[in-house]
Amino acid sequence: MSFFGFGQTAEIDIVLSDAETRKKAEHKTEDGKKDKYFLFYDGETVSGKVNVTLKTPGKRLEHNGIKIEFVGQIELYYDRGNHHEFVSLVKDLARPGELSQSQTFDFEFTHVEKPYESYTGQNVKLRYFLRATISRRLNDISKEMDIVVQTLCTYPEVNSSIKMEVGIEDCLHIEFEYNKSKYHLRDVIVGKIYFLLVRIKIKHMEIDIIKRETTGTGPSVYHENDTIAKYEIMDGAPVRGESIPIRLFLAGYELTPTMRDINKKFSVRYYLNLVLIDEEERRYFKQQEITLWRKGDIVRSMSQQATIATQRYEGSNSASAQAKEESN
Amino acid sequence: MSEATVADTRRLNSKPQDLTDAYGPPSNFLEIDVYDPQTIGVGRNRFTTYEVRMKTNLPIFKLKESCVRRRYSDFEWLKNELERDSKIVVPPLPGKALKRQLPFRGDEGIFEESFIEERRSGLEQFINRIAGHPLAQNERCLHMFLQDESIDRNYIPGKVRQ
Repeated sequence: MSFFGFGQTAEIDIVLSDAETRKKAEHKTEDGKKDKYFLFYDGETVSGKVNVTLKTPGKRLEHNGIKIEFVGQIELYYDRGNHHEFVSLVKDLARPGELSQSQTFDFEFTHVEKPYESYTGQNVKLRYFLRATISRRLNDISKEMDIVVQTLCTYPEVNSSIKMEVGIEDCLHIEFEYNKSKYHLRDVIVGKIYFLLVRIKIKHMEIDIIKRETTGTGPSVYHENDTIAKYEIMDGAPVRGESIPIRLFLAGYELTPTMRDINKKFSVRYYLNLVLIDEEERRYFKQQEITLWRKGDIVRSMSQQATIATQRYEGSNSASAQAKEESN
Repeated sequence: MSEATVADTRRLNSKPQDLTDAYGPPSNFLEIDVYDPQTIGVGRNRFTTYEVRMKTNLPIFKLKESCVRRRYSDFEWLKNELERDSKIVVPPLPGKALKRQLPFRGDEGIFEESFIEERRSGLEQFINRIAGHPLAQNERCLHMFLQDESIDRNYIPGKVRQ
């Protein structure tokens, strides 16, 4: 802010050293727009330059210090004033003094810990950013640059299937099965619904993916439920003994990994909701939590791909052999 | 982002379906018809009764076929009982038509053919929606309404157990 054109101001620009090569990821902003930001992983170094450009050439810029910060913070929308910083690193770029001309400062935050994934939700936002500040007597000049952090996982060691028998006494008994309990974000949910008893008139059945964002602790806990997907798996009335297959591709939906109790501030969990609707529009449902995780983009070796192809071939062979057996 | 892997999308193994199950009669058969309206009585003490005929194979109903005569106030009684005892949201009945019961009307009032037909259709919808509800099927009052000869208004409300 300059008073009537007197005094000197400056523009700050933050440029990453690997801006040409580093990948960008799309991330939703608070108002729903999608923007691209530089993508970082845990442990990666954040380095670059801070360009300070003086607005009025010839005039000096007095300042009380120039610094750059790397901040990771959680912002709760109902408590905007308080930012909970879980990562806070500072590098001093210049001691208090004067700048007689535009200058560039190098910075490097080595092997920065980024324990959580960037998340913009309905009641909470977790973000990482670089902030360069020129401290001055009356007002500071600062510039922020957001980055996006993703947390990667490897295949879980234990990934048991979910299999359960549920129902209403003497009305409806089903057995549902999902092939895994932990799915990565581009995985496929393979399952089946087996009808043991059907005494109501079912019109159709669908499977929904529900995201539940939980913020706050103790007495003030907010849950935000959001139905991410609705996928019809059956149309019509089933009878006893019928088995309905499920095949739901997750890649088409906007999903994040499951986040449990992040910095004790919020959680994001995902549920599969199996819904049966009868002729009178009554809804019968069963909700089941699943864990979502983010897989790194690693190209699999040829031998692994061949193994999967063989599995699929053998699987289809045995199915057709079974069908032949039955018709005999 | 290219995914160079092939997802495993094979179906899970399931038991083959028994042909008797596949082509057998459905176990959710429930049909209730409301018809044959008859106006009984003379003058001011007339009222209309309807035949409520039920066919079902649900095990919770004692009789697989039943046929009883009911009037509009019996339906109202059933609605009140269910609203009080069961947890369901009871669907609305066709109107009480109090205006039609006032004197000095040009037509037959509540004994007008078109009105009786409207009411009959509304009562049929009402009873079908209720009888199909699993939580209403537990109620003693519904079974008495559908399958007992006459409604005992002094009955003890309760649940029916199989």
